[in-house]
Amino acid sequence: MDYVNAFWVGGIICALAQILLDRTKLMPGRVMVLLVCGGAVLGFLNLYEPFQEFAGAGASVPLLGFGNVLWKGVKEAVQAEGFIGTFMGGFKAAAVGTSAALIFGYIASWIFEPKMKK
Amino acid sequence: MEKEKLEKEYEQYVKEKTPVHNVYMNMLKAFITGGAICVIGQFILNYCKGKGIAEDISASWTSLSLVFLSVLLTGLNVYYKIAKWGGAGALVPITGFANSVASPAIEYKKEGQVFGIGCKIFTIAGPVILYGIMTSWTLGVIYYFLIKAGVTL
Amino acid sequence: MIKGSQSIQFDKSPFLISSGSIVGKKEGEGPLGNLFDVVGEDDLFGEKTWEAAESTMQKEACLLALGKAHVTPEEVRYIYGGDLLRQGIATSMGMEALQIPMFGLYGACSTSGEALALSSMAVAAGYGDLMLAVTSSHFGSAEKEFRFPLGYATQRPLSAHWTVTGSGAFLVGTRKSHVRISGVTVGKIVDYGLKDSQNMGACMAPAACDTIIQNLEDFERKESDYDRIITGDLGYVGQSILFDLIRKKGKDIKPNHMDCGMVIFDQKKQDTHAGGSGCGCAATTLASYILPKLEKGEWKRILFVPTGALMSTVSFNEGESVPGIAHGIVLEHC
Repeated sequence: MDYVNAFWVGGIICALAQILLDRTKLMPGRVMVLLVCGGAVLGFLNLYEPFQEFAGAGASVPLLGFGNVLWKGVKEAVQAEGFIGTFMGGFKAAAVGTSAALIFGYIASWIFEPKMKK
Repeated sequence: MEKEKLEKEYEQYVKEKTPVHNVYMNMLKAFITGGAICVIGQFILNYCKGKGIAEDISASWTSLSLVFLSVLLTGLNVYYKIAKWGGAGALVPITGFANSVASPAIEYKKEGQVFGIGCKIFTIAGPVILYGIMTSWTLGVIYYFLIKAGVTL
Repeated sequence: MIKGSQSIQFDKSPFLISSGSIVGKKEGEGPLGNLFDVVGEDDLFGEKTWEAAESTMQKEACLLALGKAHVTPEEVRYIYGGDLLRQGIATSMGMEALQIPMFGLYGACSTSGEALALSSMAVAAGYGDLMLAVTSSHFGSAEKEFRFPLGYATQRPLSAHWTVTGSGAFLVGTRKSHVRISGVTVGKIVDYGLKDSQNMGACMAPAACDTIIQNLEDFERKESDYDRIITGDLGYVGQSILFDLIRKKGKDIKPNHMDCGMVIFDQKKQDTHAGGSGCGCAATTLASYILPKLEKGEWKRILFVPTGALMSTVSFNEGESVPGIAHGIVLEHC
């Protein structure tokens, strides 16, 4: 069942983003920014957590989930450390995704050559 | 004033003249692609949890694996083909973020380690990090003062 | 002789003596594939970067044109060259090897028209017997310059163009051949305020219309006085807009219009959406497809109108519109 929910919830988030790509002048970069910021706000409003419990990876894999993770990191850090936590939690929570992208991306630049599109 | 009106008219006219993708078809493709990527994510998540790994560490393993797969497919010149078909379905998951980091790294390697890869690796993904951090920090500050004021979320 | 407000009719027309065309793999697989002089196998042309590949293409195109006419670089008076890259770097790097005095030009995809106009004017004025006009574009370097890294996952809108990987060079001079440049119409910047750089056809169509109408007026000609009116890279969207704009001026070029961007690729099979674009698009099509028809006399007189969308990534990000420009070159069989 969790596979089914992951599929259709993740799919719907992507389908909605497709409308933004096709019918507005928002470029892909802006859509990505909107999703991350949106995820953080939804997390702040306590809406994302229940949603994620239901949809699992369908909610955590899209960039909305990345935004929610950022917020969760800040929230926990504020609870533990007070004001300074607002500066700590974000990067900590985003560490795995960002570091992985940077490290693997960098290694890829050693292995692969730029190629033409077909 | 007159010029502005003419420009508006021309913009409207061009809009009518320009063919666009069939948005329903594209949404369907995005749905399938995005859904499939999330299912792969769910599979990794379940596998980790099945090994008795804690929930949030499992989530980290999921991100890590998806990012790795995406970077690999980007290097093999396959990911852009998935995106050509799947559109937002390939952009919105964390794999799209990984692609937006790996593709400049590979493309700009010719411009050097520091000024090429170093400076340009975040050309596309940089805004996501910046505004993600700004938004969560702002919300964190609000949260902090709400706690001070005795409001509990 | 000065004609009308924007045109020149040459008293002694310079000749288009020879041409060279070199293209990438995808162009080689297109409808004009076997007409080009050289088709590259890997789009790098033996170089390490897209930019260096573009420079090499320019140099090779020039050498091809020179070779066909049995002319050495030392005999050429001036080069008029340009490309799409910042500071015209592909031209500067590519032309260094030839050691011919050079003017670097920028007119986006209209540069081939600009180069032909200037070189023929210089020849007609008696400032030299042989001039080279050369332009190039490369899909890889243009995507990097104006859009995204090639591996980045995007969907291109249907109005988007596909930058042609290719370079075309033309030897213009006093030596008799079967094609002459009888006149030019220099285009103005025309800007209808459109900001969509993914719809360059619509940005350039008003400029093409302006130049075509001006050409007909200046030379007191009818549409049908030309066997073909050939635009550079308006593509499918731009062409239909051009027809409408021309009709509003009381003319009709539908029966004899052709667009290089629409003939260089097979839109359905090659997934190029609106058509080809870039400095190399009009130049290679002129060299490989149009000139042979003029040489044979299949066409007696054509109007060649390369079109350019003059945007930069900075002006685009700052919310500016995309101005268009088009230059008209009258080519005749002789």
